[in-house]
Amino acid sequence: MERSNYILRKIVFSVGTLIAVLVFNFFLFRILPGDPVKLIIHSPRMTREAQERIRANFGLDKSVWFDVERLREGDVLGAFDSQFTTYMRNLLRGDLGISFATRKDVTELLAERVWRTVVLVLGGNVIAIVLGMAIGLIAAWRRGTRLDAAILLWGLFSWALPTFFLGIILLILARGHLPVGGMATPGLRPEDGLTYWLDVGKHLILPTLTMAIVYTSEYILIMRSSVMEVLTEDYILTAKAKGLSTLRVLRDHALKNAMLPMVTMIALTFGYTVGGAIQVETVFSWPGIGRLMYEAVQKRDYPVLQGSFLLLAVSVIAANLLADLLYTVLDPRVKAE
Amino acid sequence: MESLKKFLRNPMGVLGALMLLVVVCAAIFAPWLAPYDPKQRVEVTPEDILAPPDAQHLLGRDDAGKDVLSLLIYGARVSLLVGFTASFMSMFIGTTVGLVAGYYGGRIGNALMRLVDFLLVVPDLPLMLVIIAVWGRGLWKIVMVISLLGWTYTARLVRSQVLSIKERQFVLRARSIGAGSLRIIVRHVFPQVLPLIIAQAVLDISVSILYESSLAFLGLGDPTLVSWGMMLNFAFERAVSRQAWWFLLPPGLAIVWVSLALILIGNTLDEIVNPRLRTHHLFDARRMVALVAEGEAAAE
Repeated sequence: MERSNYILRKIVFSVGTLIAVLVFNFFLFRILPGDPVKLIIHSPRMTREAQERIRANFGLDKSVWFDVERLREGDVLGAFDSQFTTYMRNLLRGDLGISFATRKDVTELLAERVWRTVVLVLGGNVIAIVLGMAIGLIAAWRRGTRLDAAILLWGLFSWALPTFFLGIILLILARGHLPVGGMATPGLRPEDGLTYWLDVGKHLILPTLTMAIVYTSEYILIMRSSVMEVLTEDYILTAKAKGLSTLRVLRDHALKNAMLPMVTMIALTFGYTVGGAIQVETVFSWPGIGRLMYEAVQKRDYPVLQGSFLLLAVSVIAANLLADLLYTVLDPRVKAE
Repeated sequence: MESLKKFLRNPMGVLGALMLLVVVCAAIFAPWLAPYDPKQRVEVTPEDILAPPDAQHLLGRDDAGKDVLSLLIYGARVSLLVGFTASFMSMFIGTTVGLVAGYYGGRIGNALMRLVDFLLVVPDLPLMLVIIAVWGRGLWKIVMVISLLGWTYTARLVRSQVLSIKERQFVLRARSIGAGSLRIIVRHVFPQVLPLIIAQAVLDISVSILYESSLAFLGLGDPTLVSWGMMLNFAFERAVSRQAWWFLLPPGLAIVWVSLALILIGNTLDEIVNPRLRTHHLFDARRMVALVAEGEAAAE
C-alpha cells in the first residue's frame, strides 16, 4: 500500500464521517417526532422577538431538504435554499444557535468550556497511558505469577465499575480533604493569579484521578495482551539469546513492537474517554462540555445539546485521523511497500 | 457437553455463573423476596427520609422514605431486561450484517463495513444521550439505542470468521453439489460462528447494563421504572450531603456485581470456544487491529 494513498483514504473516510455526523445532527433535532424546535417556538414563555429570531435562525419557513416547487418554477439555486442549507451555512460561520435556557450564544458557551474538558481528558489519558503501559508490561513479563493474576483481576473488576460510581466513591472518601465540586473556591478570581490557578489545580485532582483510574485498567489489559503476543515472537528469543538484559529486551524489542497496536487502541478508546468525561464532570460539577450536556439534558436545551455533541464527535474523529497518520510514521511497513 | 465440562472446571467461570444466578433469582422472585412493594404509596414522617438501616429496613430508606432493599431487588429486573434484550438485538443485527458482508462481500458488504467503521468512530455515550434526550425517555427506546449502536463488534467478528470459513473444504464441497447460498450460510457457516457469537453476546450484556446505568444516572432512565442507575441519580442528588451510604453504595455495587459476573462468564466462554483468542477484544489490541486491517484489505 502506498503511503500517500493510505493517508488520502484515511482523510476521505474522516471527511465522510464528519459529513455523516453533520447530516445526522441536523436530522435528529429536526425530523424526529415531537420536533423540539417547533415545540419550543410555541412555548408561551418565549417572547415574540425570540420566536422570530429562532424562526429566522433555523429557516423554519423554508422546506426541510429541498424545495421541489421552486425547482419546477425554474429557480434551481433557490431550490437549495432549505432548512438544511441554512443549518450548514450557520455552521460554517460558527453559528450554533442560541441556548434556550440562558439565551447565550452556543458557540461562546462551548468556547468558554472546551479547555476545561480538554485538560481533564488529556490529563486523565496521559496518566492512564503511562501507568497502563508500565503495569501492563510488567504483568506480561511476569505472566502467570500472582502479581499478573492480581493485575488481571483488577483490570476485569474496574471494567465492571461504572465511571460515575467510582467518582462518587472517591468524592465521599476525599470529602473534607480535597475540594469535591466546581472549578475554584467561590470568591477567587483569575485576577488573583497563582493562588487562583493552584486552587483550580486542587479542584482538578479528583476528576482527573477518576478518569485516570478507569482508563489505566483499560490500557493495562490492552498492553498486557499486546506484549504477551510480542514476547512469543522469535526475535525476542534471539534478543535473549544474544545475552541482552531484561530491561533492553523489554524496552527495545517488546515495547517498540507493542506500541503499534497501542496507538490504534488509544484512538479508539478516545471515544469512550469522552463519554467518561460527561460522567466525571457531572459527579464533580466540573464546568466543562460534559457538565454542560448534563445540564442541557435537564433543561431540554436542544441547541446546546446539538452543539456539544457536534464538538465531541468532531474531536473524536480528528483524534482518530491523527492516530492513523501517526501510524504511518510509526509503522515502517506502510511506506516500505 | 465437552464445553460444559470445561466451563465447570474453570473457577472464574463458575464464580461468574453463581454471581449471575443470584441476580437472576432476585429478578424472578422479586415480589416474594422484597420486604416491601416499591410501587405502594407509603405514609412517611420527616424522620423516615433517608433513615439509616434498622431491623425493619435492612438497607435503610431512600429520599422518599421507601425501603432501599426492595428497590434494589426490583432494580435487578430492569438491568437484566435491558441487558439481555439489547444484547440479543445487537447480536441479531451484528450476525446478519457480518454474514452478509462476509459471505457476499462486494459493494453491499463494503458499504456495511463502512457503516461499521463510522459507528466505531462516533462516541457512543454522547450519541445515546442526545438521541434519548430528543426522542424521550423510555425503556424500549433505551434498549433500541443501545442495540443499534452496539452491534458493530459482533459484525466484525462474524465477518472475519465467515471470510475464512467460506473457503474451507466442506463449504466448497457443499457448493459444488449445488447447495444454494442461503442453505450454505444457515447449515454450514452459521453453526461454526455461533459459539463465538454467544461468548461475545454475554460480554455485550454487561456493556448494555453499564450503558443503561450511565444513561439513568445522567437523568435519562425510564421514569416509570426504578433502575440501579436511577437510584444512584437520586442518591447522588440528595444522599451525598447526608452521608447516606446505605442509599449510595448498594445500587452501585449491584451494577458492579452483575457486570463482573457477566465478564467472568463471557471471558471463560471465549477461552473455551476459541482457545486461540485468549481475551476479549477490548483487552486484545492485536485482534482488534487485525480485524480493522482485514476490513481495509477487503475494501480495496
